[in-house]
Amino acid sequence: MKALTQYLDCYSLPGMLEYVSAYSSVTVFYDPSEIRKLQIERVEGTKESSFQILSTLLKEIISKLGTGAMRTSRIVEIPACYGGDFGPDLAYVAEHNRLSMEQVVEIHTSGQYLVYMIGFAPRFPFLGGMSEVISTPRRQSPRMSIPPGSVGIAGMQTGVYPIATPGGWQLIGRTPLQLFRPTDNPPTLLQSGDIIRFVPISDQEYEAYKGEIQ
Amino acid sequence: MSIKVLTPGLLTSIQDLGRYGYQKYGVIVSDAMDSHSLRLANILVGNEEGEGVLEISLMGPTLQMEQDILLAITGGDLSPIIDGKPVPMWRPVYLQKGSILQFGPCRSGCRSYLAVAGGYDIPSVMDSASTYLRAGIGGFQGRALQVGDVLPVKNLQEQSLHLLEQLAKKAMHHSFASTSWSIGRSHIPKDPQHIMIRVTEGNQFDHFTVASKKEFLNSPFQVTVQSDRMGYRLSGPTIKLAQPLEMISEAVALGTVQVPPDGNPIILLADRQSVGGYPKIAQVAMVDVATVAQTKPGDKIWFTTISLEETERLYCARQQAIEDLRIAIGLKIGK
Repeated sequence: MKALTQYLDCYSLPGMLEYVSAYSSVTVFYDPSEIRKLQIERVEGTKESSFQILSTLLKEIISKLGTGAMRTSRIVEIPACYGGDFGPDLAYVAEHNRLSMEQVVEIHTSGQYLVYMIGFAPRFPFLGGMSEVISTPRRQSPRMSIPPGSVGIAGMQTGVYPIATPGGWQLIGRTPLQLFRPTDNPPTLLQSGDIIRFVPISDQEYEAYKGEIQ
Repeated sequence: MSIKVLTPGLLTSIQDLGRYGYQKYGVIVSDAMDSHSLRLANILVGNEEGEGVLEISLMGPTLQMEQDILLAITGGDLSPIIDGKPVPMWRPVYLQKGSILQFGPCRSGCRSYLAVAGGYDIPSVMDSASTYLRAGIGGFQGRALQVGDVLPVKNLQEQSLHLLEQLAKKAMHHSFASTSWSIGRSHIPKDPQHIMIRVTEGNQFDHFTVASKKEFLNSPFQVTVQSDRMGYRLSGPTIKLAQPLEMISEAVALGTVQVPPDGNPIILLADRQSVGGYPKIAQVAMVDVATVAQTKPGDKIWFTTISLEETERLYCARQQAIEDLRIAIGLKIGK
């Protein structure tokens, strides 16, 4: 319980208002409409309630707390090339927030993001902790296909598209890393509870990374 | 910039959406009893929806405007009047400096919410303007209003000021004027004969006898006089546990229905404690908490169960409806 409350003190869960710990229980109060906002990008099909989503996330966190794996969050650096063809919406995000494109990149790369959960669109990481200063609404109409590795912003969230999929997020850059690794176990680079940081790279570095991976 | 309290009414205090994040330290949430009406009152005058407003219970205060004021009254209808003329609710109203706002008989509900454009200028305590009456913190000097209090009002935002000026012109030499538009009927709670409260099953629902579970969902319960901001005590059929249950205290929530050993359910409300040890038979759907809060002693309520998915869906639909209203009203008042 102590480990869980310590975790909740450091990382707020999506939609969480607060928690109350009693003798043998921890109760999390949440706003379902906030969690519902995260669901918009989900693939069609399964329909979970906000309660189920949060329960699953909490169970995952608790299971990791038990093994001690959670005490020190893994920090994963994600190289990302911003702007240009990789980030066609960077200019829009900058304009929307009355910032320069450089400032958007600086703010986006200076943040640390907690991986809330992995899922919905296969292995889509939901990241919490983006600065409000660069929040931007989703595109009026979603793109038919977004290349894997695309780094996007939707409202207050940021995330990375693990596979090619239609989507409405504002794309600001792309990572050469492969997030979805169907042959690995677990089949994903990121796991819930990880802390990630974006590291800006140039076009040349992007190509070099890409070459290395293949 | 202020409002003077000539008479305080039965229980008039400043409340907002509550003090979240401190229950783990034992500090209760203490939000408005009917937070839906609070949000709408604020939206109507161009405030942030969680700004502190006056929560007025059963018998309203008499308030003198010490300046021109833009306000909105929502929630229960406690017959607001100025110079003997009824003041329309659920819309922005301009009040001329010197005018005196009074309240009369309780026509529907039991709590009105009075938001002033700009908001009341009071210090925030633990991120909230709410008055935590038992602890004597927050709100106006940590207490309900008293005779002679002077409530300072913050400066108006530009669009609220613009609306105030427009309505001041409309008022001419009258002491008040309101917009011709108001919040639509569909958003205004009705005062039904049968007050049906939707609930989900509580954590200990199955610990109650089959007969009690049936009675809980099929009998009217009367709101007793032992009802306040902390909780509503109900009387009706005695609700019994199948066998004695010693519970370890755990968190309770807004709208939790707990049953002490005497068998009379209690609905926990705005000033609820953070943890409790009585078995919980039900949890009121968030969208129906305001309905409970507007009932008064003597009113009868019925409970009906819905699924957790349904309660979440209703909640999200309500959030969306408020958001749509906020945008629509924002356009009306030029925000």
